[in-house]
Formats: sequence, structure tokens, C-alpha cells
Amino acid sequence: MDLHTLTFLVVGFTFAIYIGIAIWARAGSTKDFYIAGGGIKSWQNGMATGADWMSAASFISMAGLIAFKGYDASVYLMGWTGGYVLLAMLLAPYLRKFGKFTVPEFIGDRFYSQGARLTAVGCLITASITYVIGQMKGIGVAFSRFLEVDFTTGLFIGMGIVFIYAVLGGMKGITYTQIAQYVVLIFAYTVPAIFISLNLTGSVLPQIGLGSTMADGSGMFMLDRLNQTVTDLGFASYTIQQGSTMNMFMLTLSLMIGTAGLPHVIVRFFTVPKVSDARSSAGWALFFIALLYTTAPAVGAMARYNITNTIQTGEVGVVENNIQYAERPQWFKNWEKTGLLVFEDKNGDGRIQYYNDKNATFAAKAEAEWGWKGNEMVKIDRDIMVLANPEIAQLPNWVIALVAAGGLAAALSTAAGLLLAISSSISHDLLKSVFMPNISEKNELMAGRIAMSGAIAVAGYLGMNPPGFAAQVVALAFGLAASSIFPALMMGIFYKRSNNAGAVAGMLVGILSTLIYIFLYKGWFFVPGTASLPDNPANWFLGISPGAFGALGALLNFVTNYVVSGMTAPPPEHIQQLVEDIRIPRGAGEATGH
Amino acid sequence: MTKEKEDNGVAYWKANLSLLKFCLVIWFFCSYVLGIFLVEPLNNIMLGGYPLGFWFAQQGSIYVFLVLIVFYAIRMGQIDRQFGMEE
Repeated sequence: MDLHTLTFLVVGFTFAIYIGIAIWARAGSTKDFYIAGGGIKSWQNGMATGADWMSAASFISMAGLIAFKGYDASVYLMGWTGGYVLLAMLLAPYLRKFGKFTVPEFIGDRFYSQGARLTAVGCLITASITYVIGQMKGIGVAFSRFLEVDFTTGLFIGMGIVFIYAVLGGMKGITYTQIAQYVVLIFAYTVPAIFISLNLTGSVLPQIGLGSTMADGSGMFMLDRLNQTVTDLGFASYTIQQGSTMNMFMLTLSLMIGTAGLPHVIVRFFTVPKVSDARSSAGWALFFIALLYTTAPAVGAMARYNITNTIQTGEVGVVENNIQYAERPQWFKNWEKTGLLVFEDKNGDGRIQYYNDKNATFAAKAEAEWGWKGNEMVKIDRDIMVLANPEIAQLPNWVIALVAAGGLAAALSTAAGLLLAISSSISHDLLKSVFMPNISEKNELMAGRIAMSGAIAVAGYLGMNPPGFAAQVVALAFGLAASSIFPALMMGIFYKRSNNAGAVAGMLVGILSTLIYIFLYKGWFFVPGTASLPDNPANWFLGISPGAFGALGALLNFVTNYVVSGMTAPPPEHIQQLVEDIRIPRGAGEATGH
Repeated sequence: MTKEKEDNGVAYWKANLSLLKFCLVIWFFCSYVLGIFLVEPLNNIMLGGYPLGFWFAQQGSIYVFLVLIVFYAIRMGQIDRQFGMEE
């Protein structure tokens, strides 16, 4: 069977499952719609959280980042997993005990302030919309590459599927679909990794393979071989740190705090029946996430080795060891068509030279001794690494079809989780709490569905016409979650004396400092050409990159909250009682919307 | 709320905080200290084919995070029961 038909079959089959689940898990009440009825088992919630969390970026882009950055990409591996420790210990159990439907609802109640609630709604919507654009783009790309339909058609099909199960089933439909999506995406990610690890090192487990010797009988370790391969071509060593330690530290911390503060992840912990389930569920979530995150370093390293080795087949400098362009493999041609892989024969010898021409010493040597006139792989988009990996390793067609389904599962599941966070904050936090407090449950459920449809339409529109700043605002999503939501929640739980003035002042200082810092280097409101300072390490404050400022924003938020709360009146008695109450698991009743 | 019940609540919260402190110290140590600050000296030690610092940054810290959450959930369950705070 040819690849095209096979991909249609595999992707079509997974879509049929998602729709089947949607019909089975319809939401009958607002509780079903917002928190899946509150009866999700802790491992199920862990699995759904895994799918919710692992986006098109985790599935498609992360291994590519690791492949080209080596050790320095560790910030993403640690940052996007370490946040679950914070979530499990500092937020999830207490928010579950509080027992309401949304994150802004906690902030509004704990700080007895509609202002605080609205500030939280603003951060939540900005962070979530930013994030959802990337997912929509991922859906379009996966469709256009693997199913050979155009980008817009692909996006419409994707939106249609999300519409069916998210509008019909709300959180309940989303949760059960996410469980199915997790299974699809983890198979799609690990199966090719296992094959590749077996090919290169003879180890079944990629986590072990990366630390093993090569299977070619040389007895050399995989990582040593990779280091040698890349340094021979003038690239930096794979396992050694290149960036500054200070920036690595701040970026990792920002990503961890940001992860713990992202509302679409937090709200997943409202769906389990008990406080103890919220704790264990975070463990399950990290377990399911770690299956992919500990495989990713092997995928990245092995992809880098395979792609380099395909082009430079042996000792550098021997003419025959650079493959002829006319004899390039099929996957090379496939990806050239997408424009994500570009070759330019600079020295006109009909062979491909792939090396680091920014390394002056090496470039001079290559030109003098071998007549190389610059790196001829003008573009290798790092996003193609995971998608092209099975083709590069010459795996069977069904594996390639599976990867397409996995990429779609990752993008769809995250998009649905984000859309739910957006629509519930509109129907529950804005409509019910601010504009129509007397709305009936039936009408609120209807409003939730309408808000969900609207959110899907907006996300789809932005996916089709991504604003120029789409790639840069991801830093903003994490920055906002880290500098506003996380500190407000943590102070609300751990510092009883924290009051409404402190919380609002803290959130504003956190958000504004982070926004200003990002705008200074990336352009005001991301308008190109308006940046006040050049975006490079020499100009960064203390060497901290704009994406890594969230941790400092969070610190400013904590300090402001503490100082302002100390100078103003303590929170009223019933609020202090509320804090006492969320700190103990006993009496965790059913979650309610009132 | 009686005095006795209040004291029990305070003791429970203290037990929780000291467990938290213990877990967060390990969380910080295995990722930031071993994976970032001490990565260069640790890379002189090999774990199979992995330089140790590199291993902590890309593999080890994630395993430690997982063990920490499981440990916290189990230990906290015991503390809940010890102070009669369980659901």
C-alpha cells in the first residue's frame, strides 16, 4: 500500500475514534462541561494532562531543538518537566480542595476582588490564545505535508474535529479524547525512536541507546561519535555548554514556574474526585510526559548524527565522502519540495558540503585545502527532524503514517485544552460572575458552548493568518503565566496575610515588568523595528534573555505582594478561614460553581 | 474551633511545610546544581557513554522529579492520616 493511502487510513482511523468518544461523552451539566463531572480517575487525568501538555511544539519541535543545540537544549527538558514538581506540591492539591471551576475564580474569591479575577482572566486569555496559534499552525502543516491537502483545508478539517468533541463534550469529551490522543502520540514518538536506537546502537530503549556504544563494531560511544562527527565539520561540541550559565538558570526557572502557572494545565487537576488524587495525578502526569521527554534527547542526537552522516559519509576532506546532489536520498527530495530543506551548490562541484562556515578557522581551512565555498545546506528547518526521522532511518511506511497521526494528536489535544480554558473563563468568569449572575445552569452551559465555538473560530482565523509575531509570543505565554498567575496562586495559599491590594499590585508589577522587558528587545507590541535595544547577550540585563525574564517577573510579583499586603489591612476573617480550609484535605466535597 | 484542634492544624501544616522544604531542596539540587552549575566538573565522570553532568541535565533530573512527586504523594498521605486530616 502506498504511503499516501496508508496515512489517510491511519489518520482517518484516529479521527473516527475521537468522534466516537465525543458522542459517548456528551456534557449534560456545567460541571461536566467545565471539569468533566469531577470524577476522573487519577491515572486517567495524568494521561489526559500528558496529552494536554505535550503540544505540537513538544512533539515536532523539541527534538529538533535538542539536535541542533545539544546540551544547551536541556533547559527545555528540565524546564517543562520540573514545573510538575511545583504544581504537585504547591498548587494542585490546594486548588482541588478549593473546589471550583476555574483558575480566575480562585484568585477572585481568595483576594475578594473582581479586579483580581479580571486581571487573571486577561492573563489567561492572552497566554492561551498565544499558545493556541502554534497548535493551529501545527495542524495545518501536518495535513499539508502528509495528506497533501492544502494548509487551509487541513486547518478546517482539524477545527471541525475539535469543534465536534469540545463543543459537544466540553471538558468531559476533551478528557476522554485526550486519553486516546496520548496513546496515539506516545506510540508515534517512541516506535521510530526504538527502531533508530536499534539501528545505531543495538539497544531497544533509546534512553539506554544514547549512552551505549555504536553497533558498527567500532566500540565507540554514541555521544563521543556524535561529538567527533560534528566537531570535524567545525560545529560546536554536542555535549558541552555554549550559552551562559546565568541565562540557562533563569530560563529553566522561568519555564518551570510558567509550566506550573499555565491555566489549562492547572484546571485539569480540578477534574479528580479527591485532594490525594490531585497529588498522585501529578505523578501520573509526569510519568506519561517523561516517557516522551526522556526519549527526546535520543531522538535529537540520533537525528543529528543520521542527517550529518548522510551528507558527509566519512572522513572530512576526501572528495567521495560528500554525497553527490544527483544521488541524494528520496526524503531529501520530499523535504526540498516543502522549502524546509534548501541546498545551494556554492562551489559548483555537484556534491553537498554541510559544515559550519561561521567558524572562521575551519571555514578558511576548508576553502584552502578542499575548495569549499561555504555551507551548502542553506536551510535545515529544525522542525523537520522528528517528521523526517523515520524516512531518514528508512523505516517502513506505516511508521511514517503513525508519526503524522501522532503530530495531529499532539496539536489537537493541546488546542482543545486551551480552548476550554478560554471559553470557560468567558462563560464562567466574565458572563456568569460579572454580567449575568442570575444566569440559569442550562443557559450557562449553552453560553459555554457558544464561547467554545467562538474561540475555535478565532483560533482558526489566527492559525490561517498568523500575526508576524506568532513565534515570539510564545515567550510571552510562559512569561505571563510565570510572572502573574503562579505567584498569585502561591501567595494565596501559603501566605494568609496576603490581601487584595497586595495581589493586584503584585500581578500588575509582574506582568508589566515582564512585558516591558520583552518589548524592549522584541519591539513594542511586537511591531517590527520598534525594539529599543538590540536583542543579543551583550545588551541583556545581567545576561538574561527576554524569554528568561519570567522568573524575575515572578520574584518582583512575590516581593510586591508581600510588601503591599504588609502595609494594608489584613484580609477579612472569612478569607483567613478559607485559607485554613484549603490547606487541609478533609472535607473536600464535590466541586461546585457557586 | 477548640484549642486542641487548632494546635493539631498548626502541627499538620508544619509537617507539610518541612516535607515540602526537603523535596524542593532535592528538586533544586538535581536540576540546577548537578545539571547546570556543576555540569563541567561532573562531565569528567562517565555514566556508560553519558558524561554525568549531561546525563543529569537531559535524563537524570526528570527521573528525580518523578520519584519526588511520588514520594511526596505517599508521604503526604501518611501525614494526612497521622493528623486525622484525610478525606
